[in-house]
Amino acid sequence: MTHQITTPLTADVIRSLKAGDEVRITGTIYTARDAAHKKLYELLQKGEPLPVDLTDQIVYYTGPTPAPPGRAIGSCGPTTSYRMDRFTPALLAHGLRGMIGKGRRSKDVIDAIVRYGAVYFSAEGGCGALLANYVTKREVLAFPELGTEAIHRLEVQDFPVSVFCDCRGDLYSPYL
Amino acid sequence: MREYSAKQLEDAAARLYADACLRLPAWVEERLRAFGNPYIIENFETNGNIPLCQDTGLAAVYLEIGQDAHITGSIPEAVNAGIRRAVKDAYLRASIVADPLRRENTGDNTPAFLYYDLVPGDTVKITVAPRGFGCENKARIAMLAPADGLDGVKAFVLETARLAVPDACPPVMIGVGLGGNFDRAALLSKKAVLRPTPHPDPFYAALEEELFAQVKKFAIGVRINTAPTHIAGLPCAVSVGCHSLRTASEVLA
Repeated sequence: MTHQITTPLTADVIRSLKAGDEVRITGTIYTARDAAHKKLYELLQKGEPLPVDLTDQIVYYTGPTPAPPGRAIGSCGPTTSYRMDRFTPALLAHGLRGMIGKGRRSKDVIDAIVRYGAVYFSAEGGCGALLANYVTKREVLAFPELGTEAIHRLEVQDFPVSVFCDCRGDLYSPYL
Repeated sequence: MREYSAKQLEDAAARLYADACLRLPAWVEERLRAFGNPYIIENFETNGNIPLCQDTGLAAVYLEIGQDAHITGSIPEAVNAGIRRAVKDAYLRASIVADPLRRENTGDNTPAFLYYDLVPGDTVKITVAPRGFGCENKARIAMLAPADGLDGVKAFVLETARLAVPDACPPVMIGVGLGGNFDRAALLSKKAVLRPTPHPDPFYAALEEELFAQVKKFAIGVRINTAPTHIAGLPCAVSVGCHSLRTASEVLA
């Protein structure tokens, strides 16, 4: 089954998504990978505000290449998700609703996805050139000193993903 | 004695690094077409000017330098100048941090990681093989006991391959380094990932096929490199190459 969804996510949309479903995402998503996650997590630990409101939003684990002239973004495929696992439950507790990455998640993350009614999407790993075609705009939003690891706001149109872990904790990957 | 300039090496490093990030070797494309994931085929078919994968990698550079060749100037400086230029001109990603714990990005993806082999003759061959870390992180080594034998090797290779996906981008190439010592086994496994041809020894060529048959759901090949080892050991290293199996070589003119 293929869903067309828009951001921010709603509880109804999240409930309609089942592990293995194909999904096309349109709207705003936010990039964050290792270094940005560490910073976000430290801010949450200190009780300080985040530089971006992640409530009901989707975070994409990616560190794009620089955009060549005439393009919105360079190559921008997913990076491996498990490295974010230690930070993810805190972000979900704070209101984050969706994640896009690749590969397995820890039991703690899957439990948190169920507890907070979230969803974990998988994008096709290693296909950064192709996925760049679905990004129409990008701007640096926070932590510019992190370079490719900065938090970027991306506008995406029909960005192709599949549901790896749905809000019931069911998992699907063709390779598992 | 044949002379080469550092500038020749710099130009080759720049050209090969960019080429490797933008285009796959023909044998890799052929295997990926046979595997049949339409996203992956579209990714390498329609790409023109942006890297196939955003992780343009750690720049591993293998130099095979003839004993009768001489390069005027600093080899590491020349290679790093080439890498730096490719990152800027081909819009590659800066993914290298100067220190493993303090983690400040060097901003230009240097330093390159250089491997030198001295070979007979007067030629200089350079291979640039960018390694993304999604697959690099899935490499493992086991210092097996001789009594673990063939069964121990098979079990460790298959376990490592299964643990690698789907985190490292499948379909993957599995490289096995068997024998040698701790560091040699690792290097052999790295080179095996990039080798299109079977092991020259039919015993190991058959083992490659036997292992591949068990991982075909998520792999495009298994290659093994072997070396003599010690009476007390059976080192077994396994490297994983994602489907963006990038490598480009040339012999300096």
